[in-house]
Amino acid sequence: MGEPSREALLDEEMELVHPRTFLGKYIWSQDAKVIAIQYALTATAIGLVALVLSILIRLQLGFPGTFSLIDPSSYLQYVTMHGMIMVVYLLTAFLLGAFGNYLIPLMIGARDMAFPFLNMLSYWFYLASVLILVAGFFVPGGPTGGGWTLYPPQVISAGTPGAEGGIVLMLVSLIVFIAGFTMGGLNYVVTVLQARTRGMTLMRLPLTVWGIFMATVLALLAFPALLVAVLMLLSDLLLGSSFFMPAMLNLGEPSSHEGGSPLLYQHLFWFFGHPEVYIVALPAFGIVSDILACHARKNIFGYRMMVWALILIGVLSFVVWAHHMFVSGMSPYFGFLFATTTLIIAVPTAIKVYNWVLTLWRGNIRLTVPMLFAIGFLFTFVNGGLSGLFLGNVTVDVPLSDTYFVVGHFHMVMAVAPVLVIFAGLYHWYPKVTGRMFHQGLAKWHFWLTFLGTYVVYFPMHFMGFAGVPRRYYAYGESSFIPDSVITLNMVITLAALVVAAAQLLFLINMAWSLRRGERADPNPWGATTLEWQTPHTPPRHGNFGERLPVVYRWAYDYSVPGAPRDFLPQNQPPQAQGEEAPR
Amino acid sequence: MSDSQGSPSRLAGVGRDLVADWAADRRVFAMPWDKAMIWLFILSDVFIFACFLVGYMALRIAATEPWPDAGEVFALHLGGEAVPLLLIAIMTFVLISSSGTMALAVKSAHAGRRGATALLLGVTALLGLTFVGMQAFEWTKLIEEGVRPWGNPWGAAQFGASFFLITGFHGTHVSIGVLFLVIMTIKAWRGSLGERRPGFMTRRRGRYAMVESLGLYWHFVDLVWVFIFAFFYLW
Repeated sequence: MGEPSREALLDEEMELVHPRTFLGKYIWSQDAKVIAIQYALTATAIGLVALVLSILIRLQLGFPGTFSLIDPSSYLQYVTMHGMIMVVYLLTAFLLGAFGNYLIPLMIGARDMAFPFLNMLSYWFYLASVLILVAGFFVPGGPTGGGWTLYPPQVISAGTPGAEGGIVLMLVSLIVFIAGFTMGGLNYVVTVLQARTRGMTLMRLPLTVWGIFMATVLALLAFPALLVAVLMLLSDLLLGSSFFMPAMLNLGEPSSHEGGSPLLYQHLFWFFGHPEVYIVALPAFGIVSDILACHARKNIFGYRMMVWALILIGVLSFVVWAHHMFVSGMSPYFGFLFATTTLIIAVPTAIKVYNWVLTLWRGNIRLTVPMLFAIGFLFTFVNGGLSGLFLGNVTVDVPLSDTYFVVGHFHMVMAVAPVLVIFAGLYHWYPKVTGRMFHQGLAKWHFWLTFLGTYVVYFPMHFMGFAGVPRRYYAYGESSFIPDSVITLNMVITLAALVVAAAQLLFLINMAWSLRRGERADPNPWGATTLEWQTPHTPPRHGNFGERLPVVYRWAYDYSVPGAPRDFLPQNQPPQAQGEEAPR
Repeated sequence: MSDSQGSPSRLAGVGRDLVADWAADRRVFAMPWDKAMIWLFILSDVFIFACFLVGYMALRIAATEPWPDAGEVFALHLGGEAVPLLLIAIMTFVLISSSGTMALAVKSAHAGRRGATALLLGVTALLGLTFVGMQAFEWTKLIEEGVRPWGNPWGAAQFGASFFLITGFHGTHVSIGVLFLVIMTIKAWRGSLGERRPGFMTRRRGRYAMVESLGLYWHFVDLVWVFIFAFFYLW
């Protein structure tokens, strides 16, 4: 029996089921583009919950005791839920679920994801996990308040907020999320590896696809550790086992557990937790690279190095996890090892930052809204990356552990930075997704308020950290080591946070208003080279590319090519059209 | 390029060729999509079981109380005589045999033999079910003897907890495998694979190559058992 040819395999494998009903088209849709929008809307909704929680946290810190709604227990619950929602249910789901689903098939020239049914199931699992998570607010005792890292023994011990029921919902929700994500993740990776159109070699992929691809690989290998940690924690809680629970006194009572290892949980959690940072960061890196190149009308500087840096960061992210545990009591030799690997990871990251800056260097920069957000990302990311070098060194980290320096650091590098990229991406691709242009003025207000506002929020936190202000505290009271300036600063930060939160309303209004009232958008308003802008319809229909799939002749960064008729050459433009030499 | 180039540059050349191969047009691996997906899933699942087993080792090494002796705990009593590891030997034999029938099923599927494929898949499912049944028997026996997640008569409480959690997780894998084997048996028997009929849920057309993907999963589950066997029963 002869093996079928590669082309035959490819052509027979993509089976599109064209839905006929409204439900099939928009609700139980197997079209990656619809699934992407479902992911985006759900993630935005849960993200708004996290935003409200962060405002409640800030109100308490800025004006302690003014709001009777916020007692110490609910404060801890807000902190916990805010952290978990932002990291997992917003950032991961948005960057991979929404951007991944929308952009992978379109950018690589595929009609859909490799497994559309599984893709649909992935979204419904995600929605279920979000609903289970939110249900935590409505059970007796409320959601868990043990911190987003869910460290045992604290998180499941009596007396911790939410230890009665909220923690169970949190853990179950995580299991459902991981199951759903695995379905989506397998899809993204197989689609990138196996379903590219003709001419689309791996080294011609837009960096957005590379970033999402690497992040998904990381997620498929990192979420297992979280799954195992969660299952063991659930077993300790519900079955009375002692994986993580040592013998201890809790509220004066001896617990029924003995012999467990809380340190084991921390290792498992951070084996997931550190790659998770890059699961969020790598897609952001990719999207920023494409937006910078497009809006600076210049090819990306050092494309190959950018790809290898992504891969290297991905690999290294698996051997740095214990830098989150320098004060956990593990062996100091471990600390030395992990500090070294942590600092090594700065090398590929710095390569990326230099390449972004060199891409802008002498470019024909257009300060469009996506470009503003992308440049804003460079500032917050460099800021957060540099403070990361402080925390990566054991000797510097130990006094800074659990202070506001850490809060400032990770919010700059993995909260604000990727969120700015999400905004950049949303504004960049909004004309393609909806066929309408957003309102420029509102969007610029949104950018400046968000960018400057977050700087006012997070930059002072570094100084508070040096002053020794501990994080996660409900109130500082009359503590002698807290200077008065910190109290004032907290008030200023809270006011800035309120402004930033209000600015997000501008964003929501803009998105909703432009959907009906925005100007009709050109199919390729930014003059971009990648395939999603070359579709026959805007927004693209089911199957993406109409009758024939596009054929790719060049990389994604042919901007301002000398002698070309326009200042960009789409990836599917044949070389002989303008008599130039062999494309890259 | 001269022939006298040094080995470092030849190595670099091999590296470049490797990258060029992997980065080639359209697809990296010359295999159907679902097979690529199963391999990827297995890689992810390897990390799950690795985390479980590494966690188990860490707990066992750090246990403050003595670890129960596997030779005694897992012994079967036959005519008043304790035979260590008897049940587990049979279970392992059954599961490894099912890998054999699975491999034969894949072979007949490649040859497009409808009846043989269905029969061998059915036998594999039956062997898998036997394994799960014996595991249920083993669990029942241990529970009757007083093994609980929170303690047992012989020593460290972590023994029962990790045993139930890890073999339970593996047993779930086997059970899910049996479910899919039954579905595939029916598909093969009806001829859905040869006639390329669309599936009930996913609407993907049946293909004999699907049997191979299922086979990969089944062999993986068997391989994991070998590790669990070594870590729980032989250590």
